[in-house]
Amino acid sequence: MEKKAELKKIKDVLVNYTIYIVLILFLMVIIAIEPKFLSLRNFTYILQQAAPRIVLALASASVCVIGGRDLSTGRQIGLAAIICSVLLQNSDYAIKLYPNIPCLPLVLPLIIAMVACAICSMINSLLVSKLRMVPMIASLGMQMVIYGAMSVYYDNITGGTPISGLDSSYTDFCQGSFYIGELRIPYIVIYALLVALLYWFIWNRTTLGRNMFACGGNPEAATVSGISVVKTSLIVYLLAGCTYAFAGFLEAGRTGSVTNEMGNGYELDAIAGCVIGGVSLRGGIGTIRGVLVGVMLLQVINYGLVYLGVNVYYTNLARGLIMLFAIAIDIRKNIKRK
Amino acid sequence: MSREYLLEMKDICKSFPGVKALDHVQLCVRPGEVHALMGENGAGKSTLMKCLFGIYHRDGGEIILDGQSVEFKNPNDALHHGVSMIHQELEQVPMRSIADNIWMGRYPTKLGQIDDERMIRDTRELLDSFGIPLNPTTKISELSVSMRQMVEIVKAASWNSKIVVMDEPTSSLTEKETEKLFEIIRKLKKDGCGIIFISHKIDEVLAISDRVTVMRDGQYICTEPVGNLNADVLVHYMVNRDLSKRFPENNVVIGEEILRVEHLTTTYEPRVEDVSFTLHAGEILGIGGLVGARRTELMEALFGLRRIESGKIYLRGKEWVPGNSVHSKNSGLAMVSEERRASGIVPMLSVANNAVMSSLYRCINKLGIISPKMVEKNAQWVIDAMAVKTPTSQTPISNLSGGNQQKVIIGRCLLTEPDILLMDEPTRGIDVGAKYEIYQLMIDIARQGKAVIFISSEMPELLGVANRILIMSNGRCAGIAPASELDQVEIFKLAAKYL
Repeated sequence: MEKKAELKKIKDVLVNYTIYIVLILFLMVIIAIEPKFLSLRNFTYILQQAAPRIVLALASASVCVIGGRDLSTGRQIGLAAIICSVLLQNSDYAIKLYPNIPCLPLVLPLIIAMVACAICSMINSLLVSKLRMVPMIASLGMQMVIYGAMSVYYDNITGGTPISGLDSSYTDFCQGSFYIGELRIPYIVIYALLVALLYWFIWNRTTLGRNMFACGGNPEAATVSGISVVKTSLIVYLLAGCTYAFAGFLEAGRTGSVTNEMGNGYELDAIAGCVIGGVSLRGGIGTIRGVLVGVMLLQVINYGLVYLGVNVYYTNLARGLIMLFAIAIDIRKNIKRK
Repeated sequence: MSREYLLEMKDICKSFPGVKALDHVQLCVRPGEVHALMGENGAGKSTLMKCLFGIYHRDGGEIILDGQSVEFKNPNDALHHGVSMIHQELEQVPMRSIADNIWMGRYPTKLGQIDDERMIRDTRELLDSFGIPLNPTTKISELSVSMRQMVEIVKAASWNSKIVVMDEPTSSLTEKETEKLFEIIRKLKKDGCGIIFISHKIDEVLAISDRVTVMRDGQYICTEPVGNLNADVLVHYMVNRDLSKRFPENNVVIGEEILRVEHLTTTYEPRVEDVSFTLHAGEILGIGGLVGARRTELMEALFGLRRIESGKIYLRGKEWVPGNSVHSKNSGLAMVSEERRASGIVPMLSVANNAVMSSLYRCINKLGIISPKMVEKNAQWVIDAMAVKTPTSQTPISNLSGGNQQKVIIGRCLLTEPDILLMDEPTRGIDVGAKYEIYQLMIDIARQGKAVIFISSEMPELLGVANRILIMSNGRCAGIAPASELDQVEIFKLAAKYL
């Protein structure tokens, strides 16, 4: 009997950590093929690229914990990026889209973007909690609405040329870095860490966070314990919307050039990162540490494949397989067996 | 002057589509009283409590709490007015800690932050005061069912409520834990709380309560001080119905054995443990027991839907291992599932398509494709043989009444020509006339030399239709006997045997 329990324990550990084992093996293969991959410079690049995605994934994870699903995150990133880049073009730039707008303080466009994304997310939340739509479908519709609307706008004002010539205050804020000895640390990484800290605080130290886990884990239990599931979900979505806007703001500043295609597919990377990090798509389970590890692992492998010069189609193939694998394990962990 | 009653519920009515769940029910609780609420499965006890707690909204009647008329919008409202409840289905978040679950919805905060230290300290004090040796940070999912139930009890007590509703709090407690619960109840009672105690265990009710209210079929029967009652009187109140003319005569001759089950135990929770029985051709075997006695699980195991850990099944004398539902169908078993709407009918399809779903192989022509003519022929057989009342075979099945839908499903099973028909609550939610027709069908099926196993929560139905009755109690077989040797009191006692 004891032996059986022990076997079960080992099996549980294996199920829990398979995804890490597989990804680390994958990473080792990359390093074996190209040992130069292990360098401080690459490390910095990966951190820099991962930063906006970490911000995004934290918001996505909150939505997953409450039992929702948001496929419109990528497009909301794009929306925020367009808003911020349009409003923050350098006044000397020859083809500035709105020559009459003076150089704004960074925070103003960010707030406008946050309001826009918060509205989108609020609609998402209400579609789910009031109209009882399936979260995935509601956000899928929302995604197309946002993409359509912003593409019309983008096409009208730019005629298809990417929005660039961003003000130096903006690009410095997003692209700048400082040094600790040899190691270059981009500011953007610090921002991501701050957001992670904020989310850690919300998840673990506030009533909202606890309610979020209760609602996601068992909505009936939350209701009979006097928690409003509708309200909790609305706040979580609103917060997520603001966070997407911040991620979009960072991503636009980091790349320095924005089109209506920015953010496309980010939602799947974010969800994959969450699931790899142990956030359950059934709701109620997840840790900030897990999300950080999940997103980083995925980003390292992404970058590694690009570094090896692997064809982008293969990279997509690998990412798809990793995601399916992670979700299969998530379901296997929590399945109710008959 | 203190009022006589702490809580008065008067003339409470509540209907669900097609069912009158509560029909002018009343319940009055004095301060410092343990008031037991008793009745069979489906008598409306839980519904009444859900109306009190704001989960359901009553259609009529009045609730007076502490002299004031109240109408709780939601559970939150009820909790803050001093009504707390232990729910029959444990309403917990399994992946969170004990402390988290107890303080859910009212976490202590300090400077806007969750005060974990205080939460854990308070939880420890609570658990200690009730003598429960648990660590506040343990996850709920790591606890046994009885410990989870103790946590729920502690949670309800921690609200310092005036009224504490306990909906079957002892269903999975051991005797020792039950004694502990009684101590808690006595303590609450001394503080002047009113406690509404729902339980199927008559001994417990007689031991702990001051007064008892009995309900039957959604109606109020009586309220009596416990001193005027004993087990027989109580059961009489609960189940007394006129049984004449509700069941067709069953005079089928029993044939040879066709199924033998030995020491059947399933792998996963909720588990069936060590169940043995036999079944003969022409026999109708009823399975009785309380909700949660794992009767459905037993049926699922037989039909290959639930994994079997140990035990043997012999079909027509040969050992038979269930695989999946296809294997079962090919071996001559068919099953009518419990939730007709969820797992019985396909509502958007026609009567004909629903009828031939399990036996499309009968409708394939020489070219190997489905022939509409043969679909129609088989569907018509179902409609005629089961006396289904439907305008045409192409009518969507969702337009039919519950009883007629059920007949189509039974017909669907019979088209596969089974030797053994499994039926899980075949008459739930259908009207009395249609019930009679279903009973007649079951007897006709038995007359053709087939065997029927059916689960029912209605004791008269078990006694009126079955040849023999197997009573399940908490996953185990509490007894199996010819229906003629049993009565409702006996069944009721057996159903509570392993609680």
